[in-house]
Amino acid sequence: MRKVAVIGAGMTKFRHRMLETGRELSFEASRAALDSARMDIKNVDSVVLGSAPDAFDGLHMKGEYLLDGAGGSGKPYTRVYVGGGTGVFIPAAAWWHVASGVSDVVLAVGEEKMSPLQPHPQYAFWSIFDQFLERPLGVTLLWIFSLEMRRYMSVYGIKEEDIALVAVKNKGNAMDHPSAQLPMRITVDDVMKSEPICTPVKRLDVSPTSDGAAALVLASEDVARKYTDDPVWITGVGWNVDTTFWTNRDLCYPEYVEKAAMMAYKMAGISNPRKEIDFAEVYDPFDYKELHHMEGLQLAKRGEAPKMTREGITQRDGDLPINPSGGLLGVGNPIAAAGVMKVAELFWQLRGEAGRRQVKKPVHRGLAQAWGDLMQVGTVVIMER
Amino acid sequence: MGRSHAGRNRGDYGEVMGMENPSEPQGTALTPDEWRGKEIFFRNFHTKFTYSWDTGVAIGHFLEALKAGKIVGRSCSGCNRVLVPPRMFCELCFRPTDDWIDVLDTGVVNTFSISYVNNDASRREQPLFVAVINIDGASPGMGFLHLLGEVDAEQIHVGMKVRAKWKPAHERTGAITDISYFKPSEEL
Ligand SMILES: [Zn+2]
Repeated sequence: MRKVAVIGAGMTKFRHRMLETGRELSFEASRAALDSARMDIKNVDSVVLGSAPDAFDGLHMKGEYLLDGAGGSGKPYTRVYVGGGTGVFIPAAAWWHVASGVSDVVLAVGEEKMSPLQPHPQYAFWSIFDQFLERPLGVTLLWIFSLEMRRYMSVYGIKEEDIALVAVKNKGNAMDHPSAQLPMRITVDDVMKSEPICTPVKRLDVSPTSDGAAALVLASEDVARKYTDDPVWITGVGWNVDTTFWTNRDLCYPEYVEKAAMMAYKMAGISNPRKEIDFAEVYDPFDYKELHHMEGLQLAKRGEAPKMTREGITQRDGDLPINPSGGLLGVGNPIAAAGVMKVAELFWQLRGEAGRRQVKKPVHRGLAQAWGDLMQVGTVVIMER
Repeated sequence: MGRSHAGRNRGDYGEVMGMENPSEPQGTALTPDEWRGKEIFFRNFHTKFTYSWDTGVAIGHFLEALKAGKIVGRSCSGCNRVLVPPRMFCELCFRPTDDWIDVLDTGVVNTFSISYVNNDASRREQPLFVAVINIDGASPGMGFLHLLGEVDAEQIHVGMKVRAKWKPAHERTGAITDISYFKPSEEL
């Protein structure tokens, strides 16, 4: 396999509703990524794009609709999809284009425009559930998060207050992100007193719905060295999908995330992730998910991620900064774009370009992870400088 | 009126390096008033698709059993599991499953939530009690999503033993809602 570098990253603002179409947002993110790589579209061999369910936009063939904005017109072009896991799967798919020798330069684009669907984007998620066993009960996506959060709390004896610390941290970190939708200084008490949605999930436990796009430029080693003295390498990728029968697995622990992580760790030659990963962008559509995923990723022992959070280890100045970007809770959650944003944050942090978001300790190796579908997929990318 | 976007303000290449990234992100946020159609153009569209799904072999049989007032699973002699909901093949052994097994209409609450929202995110007048129920007679951890009833919110707990509350036989249609809800099977 060939070495694969990331040499550029860009993103739009993330907002609840944007004027620009998905195609226009894709263009802005792609153009920003190409500019940061000092490249033009003629340098790009192929394009990988990801976007979540078509039902948000009401546009079938969304990949084709977005094609021109993602710079894919007249090129080998692929749309990938694994639900919420899509954003981190996009650079994994772009990676295999370069690693295999099929392409030297790949533009990797994540786009989401959730705002068109009325009265609320949540409604689209109704159609992901089993049509015989679950939809007749009136199921919503919020149910499965609340059921998983309860199971996690129940098995490990975790308090809602400890989980709330994640929302406080991430929304606070987002104060320093120029694209952020929900930067906030809040307290655990604010989270605890926010409106109950599906207990134990409350309003401030949840990331917002968003419009936005983000993009990366991946290149082979020889091309990367022509364009930059400072490439960042993708040294591990992993993905794993478990059965759609989500009521048949113990929701307290995401085994499929562990399997995705192990695939990436093996590729990167990592045997002790807690010691060898310097910081991570962990998927946080809900605050408890950050903790749940830290455990699946072996960055915390089972049930112990809340303790690490309480001790400040996951703060930007801690020993294992988690979500220095502000995460989905703070920067926003345009689904596929949010995952790409996490990988872009690895790029900026590893190059020391994260400005006020820069973590305190020197960092050489970071991990980004996303999760999704019916609580069944994990996607992981490891980057090093 | 069409609102113009914020305008692109990208610097030349030399400005990109060494700045805080992402620098000056593009994109034009809309205000709630603009969104409500007062200041920008919208095109509204409503569609209705109608589907008719056959219930398939495994779930078809499961629903037929519900209509008869019982819950069934499917056994796999490859891994010795009893699968609920049933399927005609085992995804782990990747072979056909073997037999229909009558499991019980009792179980244990694996996890639960009290839902204050509908599936379009609107608020409910009365909260709904939802749970994953591990079904007695199925393999450990095998269950399905359903509702809880005849119980107060404060009484619901993980590990609570429950029993199906069936609709009267003449009201059953071969649907998951032939069970109205699960209710506590022991004194709380
Ligand atoms: Zn089997």
